[in-house]
Amino acid sequence: MQKKKLVLIGNGMAGVRAIEEVLKVSNEAFEITIFGSEPHPNYNRILLSKVLQGDTNVEDITLNDWNWYQENNITLYTGETVTSIDSVKKEVATNSGRVEPYDELILATGSLPFILPIPGSDKKGVTAFRDIKDTDEMLQASQQYKKAAVIGGGLLGLEAARGLLNLGMDVSVIHLAPYLMERQLDPTAGKLLQNELEKQGMKFLLEKQTAEIVGDERVEGLSFKDGTFLEADLVVMAVGIKPNVQLAKEAGLNVNRGIVVNDYMQTDISNIYAVGECAEHRGMVYGLVAPLYEQGKALAKAICGAEKVPYEGSVLSTQLKVSGVEVFSAGDFTEDEEKKAIKVFDEQDGIYKKLVLRGNQIVGAVLFGDSSDGNRLFSMIQKQEDVSDVAKVSILQPSGGNAGESLVASMSADDIICGCNGVTKGTIVEAIQKQGCSSVDEIKACTSASRSCGGCKPLVAEVLQHTLGADFDAVAQKEAICGCTTLSRDEVVEEIKAKGLSHTREVMNVLGWNNEEGCSKCRPALNYYLGMVNPTGYVDERESRFVNERMHANIQKDGTYSVVPRMYGGVTNAEDLRRIADVVDKYEIPLVKVTGGQRLDLFGVKKEDLPSVWEELDMPSGYAYGKSLRTVKTCVGEQFCRFGTQDSMGVGIALEKKFEGLWTPHKVKMAVSACPRSCAESGIKDIGFIGIDGGWEIYVGGNGGTHLRGGDLLYKVKTDEELMDITGAYLQYYRETANYLERTSAWIERMGLSHIQSVLDEAETRRELNMRMDEALSTYRDPWKEIVESKKTKKELFETVVTS
Amino acid sequence: MVNKNIIKVCVGSIHDFPVSLGKTVKVNGKEIAVFKLSSGKIRAIENRCPHKGGVLSEGIVSGDSVFCPMHDWKICLHDGNVQEPDSGCVDTYEASVEGDLLYLLIEE
Repeated sequence: MQKKKLVLIGNGMAGVRAIEEVLKVSNEAFEITIFGSEPHPNYNRILLSKVLQGDTNVEDITLNDWNWYQENNITLYTGETVTSIDSVKKEVATNSGRVEPYDELILATGSLPFILPIPGSDKKGVTAFRDIKDTDEMLQASQQYKKAAVIGGGLLGLEAARGLLNLGMDVSVIHLAPYLMERQLDPTAGKLLQNELEKQGMKFLLEKQTAEIVGDERVEGLSFKDGTFLEADLVVMAVGIKPNVQLAKEAGLNVNRGIVVNDYMQTDISNIYAVGECAEHRGMVYGLVAPLYEQGKALAKAICGAEKVPYEGSVLSTQLKVSGVEVFSAGDFTEDEEKKAIKVFDEQDGIYKKLVLRGNQIVGAVLFGDSSDGNRLFSMIQKQEDVSDVAKVSILQPSGGNAGESLVASMSADDIICGCNGVTKGTIVEAIQKQGCSSVDEIKACTSASRSCGGCKPLVAEVLQHTLGADFDAVAQKEAICGCTTLSRDEVVEEIKAKGLSHTREVMNVLGWNNEEGCSKCRPALNYYLGMVNPTGYVDERESRFVNERMHANIQKDGTYSVVPRMYGGVTNAEDLRRIADVVDKYEIPLVKVTGGQRLDLFGVKKEDLPSVWEELDMPSGYAYGKSLRTVKTCVGEQFCRFGTQDSMGVGIALEKKFEGLWTPHKVKMAVSACPRSCAESGIKDIGFIGIDGGWEIYVGGNGGTHLRGGDLLYKVKTDEELMDITGAYLQYYRETANYLERTSAWIERMGLSHIQSVLDEAETRRELNMRMDEALSTYRDPWKEIVESKKTKKELFETVVTS
Repeated sequence: MVNKNIIKVCVGSIHDFPVSLGKTVKVNGKEIAVFKLSSGKIRAIENRCPHKGGVLSEGIVSGDSVFCPMHDWKICLHDGNVQEPDSGCVDTYEASVEGDLLYLLIEE
C-alpha cells in the first residue's frame, strides 16, 4: 500500500513535536516531508535566552539533530520557504521552485516578532529576539558596542536584557506599562522584580513610549513621546509576537488573529491542520510552549485516524529564566469582584506569594522570591481544585514535605509533568516500571522529561519516589561502584567506617569482592574513600592510583609527560619564569603552553627526566593531573582594573594555598572575579567567586566541560572569612558525599542545591565540616619534593632499565 | 624449520621491581613492561597497547591483568590477550629469577 504523504511547513518546536506525536501513534502511515526557513534542525527556542546569557550553547538546545530526521525517514528541507499552498491540487510550492504534493498538510509557521512601526526601526543595530540569527547579532554587537536598549519589559525583554548585561553591556529596559511583566505579574510582584533586577545592574524607563529610533546608518539613540532621549547603539525589540498567517491567508484559510482551528487542530479546509503559535483555538493564540504539546497530541490522533481526543485549551504558567530571580505565575491571577486573593508578603526576604480563588476554586497564583511551590500550585490550578476543606493559608505554606508527595499521587496519568517536552506522569511511570529507569537521569534519557529547562526535576524525582514506593531508596541509591561488587558507594563507605577497614585489599576481601584485586574502577575509588574517611591514618596506595596521580604528571599519547608547576592564583614573577625557561632549554622540552587555568604546562618531558625537572624547577606541584584542587583562576581585580571592586588575586592565592593538594572525588576548579564581568569565568567553575560591592557571590556546580553548566548562586557573603568558611564546608561536604569521579556539577544536581544550602546553613555543621577539612589538609606534603628526596621512589617509578 | 635464537638478558635485581606495578625495560631495541605481581610472580609483556600504543607499564595491575592507562583496555599478563569487549594481543616474554637476579628470555 502506498504511504500517504504528510507535509509539515515550519521546522520549529510545535510542528516537529506534532510529527513526534504522529510517529508515536503510527510510524508507518506517512511519508513525511518538512520545510524550514531557518538553516538549522529543530531547536528549543525558549532556551535562546540561556544561550545569550552564556549558560549554554546552540548545540545544547538542539531538540532533534540531523540523525533524528534520518532515522525516522523524514525528508527535511532547511533554508527553504514554502511560498504557496494549492488546496485544490493539494500541493505546496517553495521559493526554490520545488513543488511537493501532500495528502495531509500541517501548518506550523509560528509567529513573527512584532516590530514597532516607528521611524528608524529599519536602522542597523535594531533587532528582534526570536531566533539564533538575532542571538548572534546581539552577541556580536556586545563586542563592539556598550549601550543597549531593550524595548519591552515582558518575559522575553527581561531575558534579553539579562543576557546583554552578562555580555558586559549597559542595559536600559523601556516599558510602556507602569510595572514589569504586567501580563504575568501583579503590581507588587512587578515592583519586586524591578528592584531585584536593578540590583543586578539593569536600568528601567517605565511608562515610556518610543517615538523614533535616531541615528545615521546605525542606531544612535531613542527619542520618546515625552521629549526625552536615550543613547543606545543596540536596540532589541521584544514587544510581542504576531502569528505568521500570510501563507494561510493567501491559501484561503479562515484567519482571525491566527489560523482558526477546531478542537482537533483542523482548519476549515479539509486535510489542512495548524498547530502552535500560528493557530487560534477558541479565540486564543498561545505564545508559550506547553500548549503546543497538548495541541500536537490532539492533532496526531486526528490525522492518524486514531481515537480522537479533543484539545480544550491550556492554562498557562510562566517562569522567568533569569539567574538569581525566582518568578512564577499561572492561571488567572487578577483579583476582581468574583476572584479574591490570599497574599503572603515577607518584605524582609523579598518573598511574595499570591493565590487567587474563585469561590473555593484555585484559579491562579503569583510567586516571587521562592517559586518552589510553583509546580504544585500549577497542578492545582489546572484542575481548578476545590479547597473548601483546607485551611487556605496552608496551601501557600504546606507543613512538612507531605504536600509534594500527595500532589504526585493525586495526579492522573495524563497530567503533564514536564511542560517543556510535554511528558506526562503516565509516560514517566511507564519508563520506571517497564524500562527499569531508577534515577532522574535515566528518566531524562528515556522520556526527555526535564531535558529542557529542568524546572520539573523535583517533580520527576517525586514521581520516581512515589512509583517505587518502599523500593525507592534501595533502588535509587543502589548503583554498584563497579562490576567487582554489588555494593553501592554509600554502603562501602559505611562499611569502611563501621568495620574500621584500612586497606583496599581488606575492603575487597571483607566485603566479598568477586575479583580479588579489584579493577581500574574500584581500586582508585576505594583508595579515595579510605583516605577521605581516615585522612591522617590511611597510607595512600600508589598502585591503586591512576598513572597521572602516581607519577604526579600527565601522561601523553606518546608516553611522555606534561608538568605544571604551581603558580598561585595565576600570578608569577621573573625569577620563576627564568627558572622555567632554563629547565625548558636544558631538558629540551618541546612545548610550553598556557593552560585554560592560567598556568604554564611543559609538554613532552621524558619519564626518567621528571625528578630532575622538578628538582630544578624548585616549585610546588601544580596538581594539574589529580582528582584534586587544580587551579584558582583570577582576574586582575582592584589592584589594576577600572571595574574591580575586590582583591581577586589575593583571595585566589589564599584559596589556592589553603586547598592545594586536597584529594577530591573529581578534579575541582575555582575562579575569583572581582566584579560581575567575571573575567575569570567564575560562572563555569566548581566554585566561582564574583566580587560585588561590599562582598562576594559564591557560585557552585558550574562546569565548562562536556556538560556545560552554569553555576548556582550558593550564598552572598560580606567578608573573606565567611567566603573561606563556606568554601571549606562546601568542599568537605562534596568530599564526603560524592561518588568517586562525580564532578560537582553532577553531584549538585543529584543532591539538590537547596539540600546543600540547608546543610551549610547550620553553623555547627559548617564548623565540623571545616574541622574535618583541616584534618585532611594537614597531611599535605608536596609530592614533587617527596619524590626528589626519595631515591627509592625515583628508582622504582621513574627509572627505565636499559640493557645493551 | 625456523631457527630461533633465544637470548637470556639480566635486567637487574629482583628487589628493584616494585610490587603490583610495572617497570619499563629496554632490551635489544624492544620495550618491555615487567610486572611483579602481588603473588610474587614475574610477568613481562610488550610495552604498547594494541589499541593506541598506550604504555602498559603504567597501568593499574589487578591479579594477572593490567588496565591500559590510555583507554582502560584490559590485557592478560599471562598470555597477552586483550579481554572482552575489546580484542587484540601483545607479545609476552618468559622471565626467570636466579638468586636475586631477574632474567628475560628474548627471541633475537
